[in-house]
Amino acid sequence: MTTYILSTILWCGLVTWLSRVIPFVLIKNLTVPKWLIEFLSFVPVAIMTAIFVESLLVYHAGHWPTVNLANLYASIPAIGAGILTKSLLAVVITGVVAMALIRLLGWA
Amino acid sequence: MNAELTFKSGLKDVVPTLFGYIGVGLAMGIVANTSHLSVLAVLIMSLVVYAGSAQFIIISMLLAGSPVSAIILSTFLINSRMILMSMSIAQYFKKASLLDNVALGSLLTDETFALSMNKLNQTKQTLAPRWLHGANLLAYAIWAVATVIGDVLGQLITDPNQFGLDFAVVGMFIGLLYLQIITDRSKSLQTQLLVVLFVAILMTILMRFFPGNIALLIATLLGCGFGMVVTPK
Repeated sequence: MTTYILSTILWCGLVTWLSRVIPFVLIKNLTVPKWLIEFLSFVPVAIMTAIFVESLLVYHAGHWPTVNLANLYASIPAIGAGILTKSLLAVVITGVVAMALIRLLGWA
Repeated sequence: MNAELTFKSGLKDVVPTLFGYIGVGLAMGIVANTSHLSVLAVLIMSLVVYAGSAQFIIISMLLAGSPVSAIILSTFLINSRMILMSMSIAQYFKKASLLDNVALGSLLTDETFALSMNKLNQTKQTLAPRWLHGANLLAYAIWAVATVIGDVLGQLITDPNQFGLDFAVVGMFIGLLYLQIITDRSKSLQTQLLVVLFVAILMTILMRFFPGNIALLIATLLGCGFGMVVTPK
């Protein structure tokens, strides 16, 4: 392993660690204003939606994103499994099996 | 998932999300192998950086010989959403020790964050450090092992996506988002669906101008503001 690779890993690790830990230390020692608590209470639903939609789109610099058809198709049975079972494991397994089938059948 | 907040229930609750770590971890190991990164380098990266999408970017930029400063900046931008998640979850650990807080923050991921938000709906809005330690540590161990196995398997398998494993992480977020919407009683269903719709449309528009990770950050911030505005007072 070269020093280029090692120093990149260590620096990137430090930056990521600080992003994770500083908020914990700050929030522990500060009184969080009410508006910020309300603002942050929307982080889960907003960020999970954003992560999901990101996976359905393909970025092309300077153009509109296109739809990731394979992910879109596999999402449909996965959402169905969620509604039927309310089980995280069932959603994940249904989605993976659906994706394997989509690739096998060459649908996307 | 029940209301129990022990270390052991943390280990148990995180199990369904592990498929996501395994799927992405194997894929990352395989990519690392094809990029000629040694098993040791992959292991150190998984233990030190511990962030799926950032590690993919780091590997591709290393392969391209990008300057260290550019790789660090990209990593920061991709992981800056961690700041939002850490701030959001840290409120539940204000009474825990500083050491607990640092340890919880160090191993927090998108997945264990989302899992915790689901757990809150079962526990009358409380979390315990030992519960999240359990979930975090198991996820961390599985991630390191999966990336190393992926690197070794890289010599045998050329296309990990063939088995649909790359969808595990998307499936996990579908499940966590759905459970979040139906179990979060602190907000009306209508408010939550409005935020989902707003963020989804915004992401599509933003990805005309920004790569996914930047779009994600802007859409989340604006989505939170939008949520405050549409909440009935």
